[in-house]
Amino acid sequence: MTTKAIIAQTKLELSMTLRRGESLLVTLAIPIGILVFFGKVNRLSSVSGDPVDFLVPGVLSLAVMASAMVSLGIATGFERRYGVLKRLGSTPLSRGGLLGAKTLNVIAIEILQVAVILATGVALGWRLEAAIVPAIGLLLLGTIAFAGIGMFMAGTLRAEANLALANALFLVLMFLGGMAYPLSRLPDAVESIARLLPAAALAECVRAVLNHQTFPTGAFVVLVAWAIAAPLAAARWFKWEEA
Amino acid sequence: MSPAAIEIAGLVKRYGDRTAVAGIDLSIGAGEVFGLLGPNGAGKTTTVEILEGYRTADGGSVRVLGLDPVRDAAALRPRIGVMLQEGGLYPGVKPRELLDLFAAFYPDPDDPVRLLDLVGLDDVATTMVRRLSGGQAQRLSLALALVGRPEMVFLDEPTAGMDPRARADTWELIRTLRATGTTVLLTTHYMDEAEQLCDRLAILDRGIIVAGGTPAEVIDTVTEPTLRFTTASPIDAVALGAALHRTVDAVGSEYVVGGDPSPEVIAALTAWLADHDRQVTELRTGQASLEEVFLQLTEEPDATKARSAARRGRRSAR
Repeated sequence: MTTKAIIAQTKLELSMTLRRGESLLVTLAIPIGILVFFGKVNRLSSVSGDPVDFLVPGVLSLAVMASAMVSLGIATGFERRYGVLKRLGSTPLSRGGLLGAKTLNVIAIEILQVAVILATGVALGWRLEAAIVPAIGLLLLGTIAFAGIGMFMAGTLRAEANLALANALFLVLMFLGGMAYPLSRLPDAVESIARLLPAAALAECVRAVLNHQTFPTGAFVVLVAWAIAAPLAAARWFKWEEA
Repeated sequence: MSPAAIEIAGLVKRYGDRTAVAGIDLSIGAGEVFGLLGPNGAGKTTTVEILEGYRTADGGSVRVLGLDPVRDAAALRPRIGVMLQEGGLYPGVKPRELLDLFAAFYPDPDDPVRLLDLVGLDDVATTMVRRLSGGQAQRLSLALALVGRPEMVFLDEPTAGMDPRARADTWELIRTLRATGTTVLLTTHYMDEAEQLCDRLAILDRGIIVAGGTPAEVIDTVTEPTLRFTTASPIDAVALGAALHRTVDAVGSEYVVGGDPSPEVIAALTAWLADHDRQVTELRTGQASLEEVFLQLTEEPDATKARSAARRGRRSAR
């Protein structure tokens, strides 16, 4: 019974996500655009080796942030505003079933994103290797951290404030995330702050794994800390109804 | 006596230092259509949302279909249908999609197509929810509350924002629910709705029940039958009262004769009016409407004072 409810809810969540043009812009168009622009059109010159090797891990991380934090968070904030979260709470789907469906929705969109990004990377000369498997594990860890941040904001802020802040945070984390250019190009003070944020931590870990570099333990600890703290904060402060 | 669908005993709910519900006792029988009436802020929605499991009580106990709405939520949710006072719909989906979704939540759902037809939304089944009128959105919410074939339905102001046609259709639908044995708890601001639909009702004011029973009983507890009339030109109410041996009050544009409106009093009244050459524009006997009872029971303290002051004023004038 519950499985049937979760499957139905997941299908509707997916079709709503795919209908939202602005969501597809953030989750697909921007990451692919960055990959093609800095990898082909205006080749990144500040990294050693092929810029595509630098860009693919960063753009994968950016895509995860777009789905788990921005798209999930903004949609959930408006569903809270419209009383949909409240209404679903008194159906047999229950809150747990709703969260399950939202998780499946995010993962389905991420599978689509990863497939398109990897295909684009390969088209630009990137080599797909077995190291993608641990990298996907890291992307799932990043999904937990970013979904926690997105849900925390969606469940505590008014829908409009959440919309503005989620988009602003996306831009800030993208610029401070070492996703499209190396963190070392930032001023030292900004770089040390950036290293404590989940975007840079995720991009750095994924890049190290895919490019067979030394694993950045410090960045991994930062990522794990966000993946624990953000969902806990969301669970603690999330309000199902907007006051 | 049928088993109770809802049992409420000593229910208390506070928000900070404001007491929203201040000790309610209520029993609703299976298959009853029960109305919860009261002004804004009386505690209607709070009470209903505690029964739906959205809020927890600060005192007392509630049972819905014999279950605790919070502790036994998993067992209760498949058996109830909920229509919130507002919202609850995804703006970016179509009514048919939403009904199909909700149908998938329940073990033995009703047919979404049949329900869309029943609430008169068959022609907008594939229109985005955000393009529906307020009344259409209300009817979609109602259909969603019914799609699981619930034993117990909660309707929070179900006809708010509906045009007269949609309201009449919704009343018909609620009568159909009663005919099939579904228990209905509805809140409403419309007294005609309560009189038309409810087997029993309770009037809530400032968190307590100030009157309860069948609509006729509620009217009886508060008012007695009166004789009322209006005339084309003013009359001397004091002189008429003396002639009838009754009190005669000017209430608004009407005169109200106190006491039982017996045929003798009516005959004496019309004779007096004939003697004084006064044209009667309206003459009626009977009870106050539920609306008048409601207004009297739920008056603001200030208004109560003003009314009794006016009454004293009239009395001293006599």
